[in-house]
Parts: sequence; structure tokens; C-alpha cells
Amino acid sequence: MDFPIISSLIILPTIGALFILFTKSSNSKYQSSKYVALFISLANFILSIYLWLIFDKSSINFQFVENREWLSGYINYKVGVDGISILFILLTTFITPICIISVISTIKHRLKDFLIAILIMETLMIGVFCSLDLIIFYLFFEGGLIPMFLIIGIWGGERRVYSAFKFFLYTLLGSVLMLIAIISIYWISGTTDVEKLYEIGIGEQYQKLLWLAFFSSFAVKTPMWPVHTWLPDAHVEAPTAGSVLLAAILLKMAGYGFIRFSVGLFPIASEYFVPLVFALSLIAIIYTSLVALMQEDMKKLIAYSSVAHMGFVTLGIFTMTQQGIEGSIFQMISHGLVSAALFLSVGVVYDRNHTRLIKKYGGLVTVMPKYGIVFMIFALGSLGLPGTSGFVGEFLILMGTFKKSFLVATIASLGVILGAAYILWMYKRVVFGEIIHEEIKSMKDLKKFELLILLLLAIPIIFFGFYPEPLINSIETSVTSLIDNYNTNLTQSIAKK
Amino acid sequence: MENLEIILPEIFLSLTIMFLLLFGVFKNNSSKLIYNLTTLSLVILFALLLNLYQVSDLSIFNNSYKVDSLATFMKLLTIGSGIFVMLTSSKYIEINNINKMEYPILILSSILGMMVMISSNDLIVFYMGLELQSLALYVLASFNRENLLSTESGLKYFVLSALSSGLLLYGCSLIYGFSGSTNFNIILENSSSGQYGITFGIVFLLVGLAFKISAVPFHMWAPDVYQGSPTSVTTFFAVLPKIAALSVFIRFLYVPFAEMNDQWQMIIIFLSIASMIFGAVAAIGQKNLKRLIAYSSIGHMGYALTGLAAGTNQGIQGSISYIAIYLVMNLAFFSCMFMLRRNNEYYESIEDLSGLSKNHPLLSFSLLIILFSLAGIPPLAGFFAKFYVFMAVIEQKMYFLAIVGLLSTVIAAFYYLRIIKIIYFDKEKEKFETDHHFGLKLTLAVSTIFILAYFIYPSGLTEIVSKINII
Repeated sequence: MDFPIISSLIILPTIGALFILFTKSSNSKYQSSKYVALFISLANFILSIYLWLIFDKSSINFQFVENREWLSGYINYKVGVDGISILFILLTTFITPICIISVISTIKHRLKDFLIAILIMETLMIGVFCSLDLIIFYLFFEGGLIPMFLIIGIWGGERRVYSAFKFFLYTLLGSVLMLIAIISIYWISGTTDVEKLYEIGIGEQYQKLLWLAFFSSFAVKTPMWPVHTWLPDAHVEAPTAGSVLLAAILLKMAGYGFIRFSVGLFPIASEYFVPLVFALSLIAIIYTSLVALMQEDMKKLIAYSSVAHMGFVTLGIFTMTQQGIEGSIFQMISHGLVSAALFLSVGVVYDRNHTRLIKKYGGLVTVMPKYGIVFMIFALGSLGLPGTSGFVGEFLILMGTFKKSFLVATIASLGVILGAAYILWMYKRVVFGEIIHEEIKSMKDLKKFELLILLLLAIPIIFFGFYPEPLINSIETSVTSLIDNYNTNLTQSIAKK
Repeated sequence: MENLEIILPEIFLSLTIMFLLLFGVFKNNSSKLIYNLTTLSLVILFALLLNLYQVSDLSIFNNSYKVDSLATFMKLLTIGSGIFVMLTSSKYIEINNINKMEYPILILSSILGMMVMISSNDLIVFYMGLELQSLALYVLASFNRENLLSTESGLKYFVLSALSSGLLLYGCSLIYGFSGSTNFNIILENSSSGQYGITFGIVFLLVGLAFKISAVPFHMWAPDVYQGSPTSVTTFFAVLPKIAALSVFIRFLYVPFAEMNDQWQMIIIFLSIASMIFGAVAAIGQKNLKRLIAYSSIGHMGYALTGLAAGTNQGIQGSISYIAIYLVMNLAFFSCMFMLRRNNEYYESIEDLSGLSKNHPLLSFSLLIILFSLAGIPPLAGFFAKFYVFMAVIEQKMYFLAIVGLLSTVIAAFYYLRIIKIIYFDKEKEKFETDHHFGLKLTLAVSTIFILAYFIYPSGLTEIVSKINII
């Protein structure tokens, strides 16, 4: 057996967390905890880069598969990566150190616990993206609720308790139905091993109900309209690092789940429910964009924009075209970077002025010119300006959608315009204009570490905007095989009738 | 009688009880010593039972007393948790001045009753075990006789339990009348679905058993008794009688009435659905931790019964795994409660936990793990308990039961989260004392680590339990 690189990726952050838990910091500043957390997360990032480099992009099979007996007779611990999941792992390991830097420098209260929570969260998130068994996937998927609940609840804003409860109960409610579906799959097919399930398929008569059960969980987590209401609350009340984790990675779990499980396991049901997903996605894109337009709180605005962007993602996935699915994956990665950056940018001014209300700002560009520039990059990335990664994703998705339906694509394109409207309007009101409020004048420009993390995020946004090839290249084979598998299943089912 | 050694544990326990009783009467101020001797004898008992584990499926006394893998495993669970109950509560009974010499002896008698119940293969033997257990429990519930609530809880438990025993006896007599025997195997031969007399008997029996296990709608005693009894007794109540009652449930449903499962399945489904929903909803408004855990145990018993409703070996094994994991969580929870002590007074309202995480990070972390596990959130042990049960239920295509069960976990999650919220999000209060004795710390550490690390090696329990094949 080779070196278990995937398991190391999963377990390393937990080891770090345990280490932090059991070491006593000599002073009250938690110096050692900070370094341990940062070191572990960077090591994990390097490990994942290495994984990406040795990953064979031309193979359609899962690679680095580890298969171990776990629950005797029922379930094996099985993990592995393909072209799709490896990108999400990279995203996770990239965002985590950024979160840790931001936490180290902004959080004073119970910092040690926060670092432990983030590291545990990283373990669980990586686990979600590489588990190849439904039960293992469920364990990681649900386990994430515990640290996130604590992050929102302990370090959150005024209404943190309400938001934490709402977040927890909404997601739990969606997920228990998925658990029932997973157990049913076990009894229907005799296994929960994803690779085997891809081969043997799941009986047509069961697919629709199972699809709906999975959908209930992923739709809450994505979040899709009308079950998106937990997201703005959770984002607004969560601390900056919590929002970043939530927007950048947690939401992507659902998009990943749609691709890996809904489309991969239930092709016939997916085809059947395409109109439903399209309708919900379009409502999400148009409606939440309009809602975002009217927000007074910056974080809430970005939260609603997340819902709209994730609407594009679900739209793209269910076009079942090469462009659509690739675009969706690209859009998820890009949104992971952009939304993380936007939340961090809001966090920067919030730390100085302790308000997130748009009307309390204005004219920031005169006191914080550097901030004005980086914030601009992210705003443009969010609205999908050519040259940023946001453009590539949206463009591919719309291309895929045009193939499928002209009308849907036209309506979705409207969302792009609205997206530009709300983000630019917010940018204008916050950064440009006259300084109305006195306290703005005393605000200092970006500190070094803030500039560092924001630039770290800006680089890939621009780089992948101009040169998306490395990402597309990595997912291409996997997506092709997914669509092939999907189409074979459909033709077989039609032929049977 | 060459098979006498297989009831050696019971003989040993009876002799110990008699010896300790005499010892206590003749030697003054020996309560502390008797307490320790009791713990020691439980450990010896555990070893004797482990020794028996190899023996499988033996019946003695005219086929009325059965020692099989189910009985031995359940007895091991009972005695194992008995040891931990003794370990955790020694300080509590000292402080509350209930360290009389009768206390440990009553616990031992009740355990003896449970062992007889678990092994019984005959209605009369079963009833003897049940009464021995219950009589000891009545006294234990009201053991703190200067406390009004404790006396009330003892009386309440006595009256209601006597009523349920009456119903149970009536059921037994109906079954005897219609099948002509009290032996489970002969009842199985002589009964069929058409005999309404036996069906009536089953209903009365199930009512009596549901009372003992505190399943809705026979749960009314539980919250008051849990709250009123001394916490050490509540710990005992919350765990041991449930194990015994559940194994009797299994024995009854799958030995004498195995052929009549169309008759009792609906009843079990109703009991479990009602308990799950009621346990989840009623606990929301509670302010007292012991009362809350009473409602939560009602809910948990609902889940344990769910496995039995499936009517398969898988379901039985699911229920047994459930109760095994549940008892660890409960022991852990009560160990935490024993730690909430300040100036020789124990605190038991939820508000007392406020901001606990600031002053007692490790204790709050344990509570966090325990509560999330009780709520059934993966990857903690509590999730696996539910997983095993629902695995069996869904195999039988009982989707309604599964959906109701899992949705009520969401409701139940709310009140567990509320406690976590109070521990972690609220303002801190005065510190509690931290000088706990070794037994308490050991119990908490062992059980928390079990809950937290269960997912690393879940096969261990499954393999042991999978040897229990009743059908």
C-alpha cells in the first residue's frame, strides 16, 4: 500500500487541533497555538498542491483510492479523488490558512478555541470532498455542523444565537432525509460505495424519491430558493472567518454533492427534475439579486449575492452539458475565492468602524486608497468582468444553458446585469463620494497582513480569469466521463421503454 | 444439576447481599465499607459473567431460566453500568447524607432482580425478578426521606408501578389461561394469531413493560421520579432498569409471541413513534436538567423500540447497540451533573450551567460532546446508535417510521442545542468546585472518549452484538 496521502490530508488538521488543545500557551496571547495552526494549514496546502501535481489528469478513474474495512460487513472507509474533487480540496486548503491569518490578527476572545474549530472544520471539509462512500460522506457532511454552530454562536454578532440555531436546524432537517435515502440505497443496491454504485446503477423506480431526498439536503446547503433564508442570517452574525468558511467552502459541498451524487447516481431522476431545478435557480438568480439590491448591510448583500451565484451553479450543473458543468465547477471555485475576499474586505472596515451598514460609509477612497483598489478587484470579480475568474464561470454556464434552452439562458443573463448593479452600487456608496461621517476620516488604510491575505486572494482571481486552462484541464476528463455515463443511462432507459 | 455453574453469578450475588446485610447489622458505622465491598462484588460479578460468555444457549430449571448470548451480554451491560454508577455517586451520597448501609444493598438486590428478569424464560420467574427489582427501586427513589420531593417520587413510583404490575399479572394470567403454560417455549407452541385471549394478554403485558421502560403513553411517572429522586438514584434509574426491561421486551416479543408479530407490531410502532415525538417536544420547555433528561430518555426509548418493531435480528441487534451506546452517554451526562457542586450543594437547573465553558473548559467540552451525541450528530457515538436502528427499519421498508424518527431527532436537537448555547454562549456564573474524586473523573473520561472516538472503530460493538441471534 502506498503512502495514504488523502488520509493524511484529512487527518493532519485534526492532529494540529489536538496539539493546540493539549498544549498550554505560556502567555495569554496563544503564541504557540497561532504558529501551530498556521504551520499545519500551510503544510496541508503544500501537501494538496503536491497531490495536484502528481495527479493523473487524463484518467477517468478515482485516484489515490484508500479502501479499508471500517464498519464490519457494511461499510468501508473509502476515499479517493478525481479531477473534480481535487479542485475543491485545493480550494479548502487554500482558504483555511487565509482564515487562520485573519483570525489570528482580529479575534482576541478565546482564540485557541477558534483555531481548533477551524482546523476540525478543515478536516471535515476535505473529508466531504474525497469520500467515496455515501455513509462516510454523510459523516463528514454532517459533522461540519458542530464546529460551524460553535463558530457562529461563540464569536458571532448580536443575534448570533438565533442564527446559529437556524443554521443548525435547517441543515439538519435537510440532511436527515438524505440519511434515509443513503440507507435505502444500501438495501436496494447492497453497497454504499460510490464507485460500485456508478457501475451497477440504481433501479429506475427508486431514483425519483431518492433524488428528492438528496435534493432536500443539498438545496438547503446550496442554498436554493426558498430554503435560503438561513444563509443571510448566518453570514451576518458569523465572525469574518466564519463567513469566509461558510461562503467559500461549505456552500460548495452542496454543489459538489449535486455533481457527484444527484447527477452521478440518479441520471434518470435528474433529467426528470431539470425543469424544477431550472425554475428554482432562475428564481434564485433574479429574486435574490433584486433583494441584494435593497440591502443596507454589506454582509447581507454579499450573502444574497452568494445565493444568486449559487443559482448559476445549480443551473449550470443541470444543463448536463460539458460547458455547463465545467462552468459550474469553475464558478464554484471562483465564487469561493471572490466571496471569501469580499467578506474579508467587509471585515477590514468592520474592524475599524464596527458597523456594516452601507450608509455609514462613503468616500473611503480618500482615506484608504489601497483598500479601494483591492476591493474594486473583488467587486469586479463578483460581477463577472472579463479578465476575472467570475467571468469564465458565468460565461461557460450561460453557454451550456443556451444549448439547452434559449429562454432560460436569456433570463439568467438578466441576473448578470443585476449582479453588476448591486455590487457596483454598493461599491459606489461605500468607497466613492464625499466623506459624510466624521469617523471615516480617522480610518487607517490596510495593514500589512490584511493586504497580504487580500492580495493572496486577488492573484488567483485574476490569474484564472486570464488563464483558466489549469483548472479546466484538471476537470475535463472527469466531467466528460460523468456526462457519458449520464447519457448512456438515459438512452438505456429510453430503449427499455 | 451439573449446570449449576452457569447461574454462579446469581448465586454469588444473592450470597453477597445476605452477607452484607448481616455484616451491616452487626457492625456499626460500616456504610462506607459496605459501599466499597458492593462495588468490589460488582466487579467480581462482571468477571464471573465474562467467564460465562463462552457458554451459549443453555436452559436450566425445567427450561425456565435461560443463559444465552443475549442474557449474558445484557447482564454485562447492567453490571458494567452498575459499577460506574457506584463509582460516580459515592461522594454525592455522602454529602446528601444518604450513605446508609441499606443503600448499596438495595442496589445489589435490584441488580439481582434485573439479572433474573433478563434470563427468565418463564412468566413466573420473570415476575419474581421484576418485583425484586421494583421493590428495591421504590425504596431507592424515596431514599432521601427528609426531602419532600424524594418521598413524593418514591410514593408516586410505587403506586403507578404497582398498577402496571397488576396489569402485567393480568396479562400473564390470560396468557396462561389460553396457552396452558407459563413457559415461553410452550406458549410459542400453543399460540396462534387467531386466539384473541392471547392477544389481550400480550396487550396487557406490553402495557406493563412499556411502563417500566417509560414509553409514551405510560411515561407519566418518569419526569417526577427522575427529578425527585436523589441524583445518584436517578443515574441508576436512567440506565439499569431500561436495559433489563428492553431485554425482557426482546425475549417476550421474539420467543413466546414470535408467530404473532402481526398482532404486536402495530403496538410497538405506536409506542416508539409516540415516545420519539413526545420525548422531543416535551423536553423543550424544561428548566431542570434531571427532568429534561427524563424526557430525553423517553425519546431515546422510542428509538430503542423502533429497532424491535422491525421484527428482524438486525433490528434486535440495532436496539441492543442503541441501549449500549445510550447508557454510556447517560453515564457521561450524569457524571457531569455530579461535577456541578459548590459548597457541598449540587446544582441541577439548566441555568446553573450558564457560561460554564469559561471556568471549566474540559467539563464543558465533555458536555458538548455528550449533548451532540445525544442529539445524534455524526460522527459521535449517538449517531451510530440511531444509524443501526434505522438501518434495520429501512431494510423492512418501514419508511414512515424512519422519517418520523429522524424528523423528531431534529426537534430533539433543539433542546440539546439550547443547553450547549447556555454553556458556551451565555455569561459565566460562579465557579464550581473542581476537587472531584477519582471514580467520577474516570467515568467521565472513559465515557467521553468512548463517545468521541467510537467512529474510529465501530466494528467492535457490531461484532459482539451480531452474535446475538434470537430469531
